[in-house]
Amino acid sequence: MLQSLYDLVDKYHLVAAFAVIGLTMYFAYWISDRFTRGKLHGSAIAIMLGLALAYVGGKVTGGADGLADITLFSGLGLMGGGMLRDLAIIATAYGVSFEEVREAGVRGVVALFAGVVVSFIAGGLVAVGFGYTDPVAITTIGAGAVTYIVGPVTGATLGASSEVVALSIAAGLVKSILTMIATPMTARLIGLDNPRSAMIFGGMIGTTSGVAAGLAATDARLVPYGAMTATFYTGLGILLAPTVLFLAVRGLA
Amino acid sequence: MVIYGVALLAGCMMIGLVIGDLLGQLLGINANLGGVGIAMLLLIFVTGYLKVRGKLPEATVSGINFWNAMYIPIVVAMAASQNVAAAFGGGLVALFGGALAVVLGLAMVPVFAGRRSSSSVTTDADESRPESLKTHTAGR
Repeated sequence: MLQSLYDLVDKYHLVAAFAVIGLTMYFAYWISDRFTRGKLHGSAIAIMLGLALAYVGGKVTGGADGLADITLFSGLGLMGGGMLRDLAIIATAYGVSFEEVREAGVRGVVALFAGVVVSFIAGGLVAVGFGYTDPVAITTIGAGAVTYIVGPVTGATLGASSEVVALSIAAGLVKSILTMIATPMTARLIGLDNPRSAMIFGGMIGTTSGVAAGLAATDARLVPYGAMTATFYTGLGILLAPTVLFLAVRGLA
Repeated sequence: MVIYGVALLAGCMMIGLVIGDLLGQLLGINANLGGVGIAMLLLIFVTGYLKVRGKLPEATVSGINFWNAMYIPIVVAMAASQNVAAAFGGGLVALFGGALAVVLGLAMVPVFAGRRSSSSVTTDADESRPESLKTHTAGR
């Protein structure tokens, strides 16, 4: 009986995920209303619940996909995976005014370059602070602080050790997860309440999942603007980190 | 029909991804450069064009709006399938490196956004924000 139920949920994993996420959202909005009187967004609470569950899932299974590694919740991997996420992100662009995008366009592009370089420097400096002197290792960890995709790609290009590559992925994951949590908390402080600052935010932070969730938890109307610039960030990082930025590190080291 | 909206969305996504892929190949990087962003711009233009000509009926729009409304739940599912354990078990270098990148990145947002506009928007948002947010997120 229990086994057949288990098999059923496994077989219809995506549908099961819709139900699980629906319940999570309901619970999160209930907490938001009841205990914070709506001050902390239901979506912010739901994302933090998701992250907490992902931590538990990762600890229990030792896998890389959080709660989705538990067979009962495997549909979460498809529902929250890149394909549907990108489809939903693009759908948020419906009804966006192109004027707003164009007005902030130049600043967004400047923020993109600045964002990649600033994150890279942050990661690189921490690596140096922890005693790394090899330019390849410093560059790879710096690239990891750009996004968790730029790190391993850069490491593979430069021939970094697998230990350093793992560190760079972890740095990128920390950035992404902290962005999800810190964005709604600091939004007021940094003036993140209009399309222009959202586009700049997307360019400065760049890590797609972090930006997507951070803005969702802050104000869902800002999502398309932030996502639009953030979507260029990883590509730009892969372009800059193993080339110009590596040469700069080697020149300085 | 609703499927027209979904197909329009999917078509924009695929064209955007192809262009992003070509851009990546052109620059010699093994990654999609801005495919999603290009798809977003495409969707803005195409729906704008159709709307002006009255060729965007409500059923079509609802095919796009469904996925728009699914955005936050999808993001929650994404959060639940992140490798959080690895992020916080990756050692201090990773922890400090990632954290410093976030702090500096967030701190730079007002620098690039410009002081004047951000302060004017804050006062303006203080009044309009609470209720507009509620209605908006409730719909999502």
